[in-house]
Amino acid sequence: MSDGTQTLPAKWRPVTEESRPVRIALIAAALAGLAVLVLAPLVVVFAEALARGAAEAVASLVQPDARAAVKLTLLVAAVAVPVNAVFGIAAAWTITKFDFRGKAFLITLIDLPFSISPVVAGLALVLLFGTNSLVGGWLVASGFPIIFALPGIVLATIFVTFPFVARELIPVMIEQGRAEEEAALTLGASGWRAFLTVTLPNIKWALLYGVLLCNARAMGEFGAVAVVSGKIRGQTATMPITIEMMYNEYLSVAAFSLAAVLALLGLLTLALKTVLEWRHADQLAASRRH
Amino acid sequence: MHIEIDEIAKSFGSTTALHPVSLAIPSGALVALLGPSGSGKTTLLRILGGLEFPTSGRVLFDGQDATGLTVQERRAGFVFQSYALFRHMTVFENIAYGLRARPRRTRPPQAEIERRVTKLLELIQLPQIAKRFPSQLSGGQRQRVALARALAIEPRMLLLDEPFGALDARVRKELRQGLREIHDTTGLTTVFVTHDQDEAMELADLVVVMSMGRIEQVGRPQDIRARPATPFVRAFIDA
Repeated sequence: MSDGTQTLPAKWRPVTEESRPVRIALIAAALAGLAVLVLAPLVVVFAEALARGAAEAVASLVQPDARAAVKLTLLVAAVAVPVNAVFGIAAAWTITKFDFRGKAFLITLIDLPFSISPVVAGLALVLLFGTNSLVGGWLVASGFPIIFALPGIVLATIFVTFPFVARELIPVMIEQGRAEEEAALTLGASGWRAFLTVTLPNIKWALLYGVLLCNARAMGEFGAVAVVSGKIRGQTATMPITIEMMYNEYLSVAAFSLAAVLALLGLLTLALKTVLEWRHADQLAASRRH
Repeated sequence: MHIEIDEIAKSFGSTTALHPVSLAIPSGALVALLGPSGSGKTTLLRILGGLEFPTSGRVLFDGQDATGLTVQERRAGFVFQSYALFRHMTVFENIAYGLRARPRRTRPPQAEIERRVTKLLELIQLPQIAKRFPSQLSGGQRQRVALARALAIEPRMLLLDEPFGALDARVRKELRQGLREIHDTTGLTTVFVTHDQDEAMELADLVVVMSMGRIEQVGRPQDIRARPATPFVRAFIDA
């Protein structure tokens, strides 16, 4: 392509291609934006964490509050992500494979967590399950408190991360249509078998992206969790909340070390996605072509 | 298998796709449902295959009421318009799908599955493509694989939705002959949907002309050509 273009007059350039200076300027602008908005903050977090040496950073991470926060965050993600994966598949399946009244309403409902502030979501949970509510009072009395405890944190996280899996799956499943499932049924497969052998393999990449995004958000959620958790140090303080508390107490090495761990968890998620994509590149291409 | 359609009607909400239609398809016939889009021909085919259920009326297979049979119980070999091959499976696995989906009692052993798939690949004259994926096949090859996959379940009838719709003119002519041969070899009652009157007239023993959810005329191709029953049929076959 490149050797052919040189012999052609300039006006024969492909219609969607810009001239060289314009291309360079656009790429430079994109890279500059990326450096300022994404790369610089990330570098600063790690630099601050290591400002007084690696030993102090590690020491701040092994203290009980920090360890409890990491454990709690991983536990919450481990519960919220599978729950949302199952809900997301079910919702996407319902929306794309069936016609029914109120479908548009259901789609709006799935998007609700995107448009509502997480703080509002947290407050709603407090109103529903707090000690002063009917349900909450009874739950606290029977020794199963939701607010200021693990169940509340999990519920808030599930609410905030609800749309991720469904949002990834719906366009893919709409594009693929129902024909392959119908073919499986005419060949004698049960609905469940058709789902496992036809639908699931076809959506596995979208599902993976959805789960990874959902996981990243679940680990990083602050607003909703801050409201329902009560911020009890070492008990209900997740990583983002512990980071904020430490920062407010001028424990900057501790705060940034924990922030670096949180960022690393996010980067790990991203690396995992890239490795999977790279190892299954041929499959990915085959499923997208066709 | 003899198929009898008895006063079948279908509406989707307030739109009527099929007014009550009746039709008898003799055992072993090759039948074309011919009509423009929106004539109800695909709806009728999907009702036969159990993919849609009629609003009223009955379907009889060999005199037995089959209206309530599920899509799995119908055992209809269905070829979809864009073939709907399983894109993540090889051609072999696509064709073997229906055999592997059987309940354990009736599922053939692996060696038997391999034997049958090989035989079907020979029948469609593509013995070398077992290991390929659908994305690596031409349109004509995909259509024949879809046909082999439908035949693998030893169907009681063969139902094809616009089987030549996605192909270019030359391949289309070739595959018409292919379908005729497979029909003659297997002796299966075969119903295909088309909007192409040449295709219907050349291939089918019996042509059913449809329009606006009604059957306009049923007859042998030469009879329909010689004596169109309604102005619609005259206009449609002249086009």
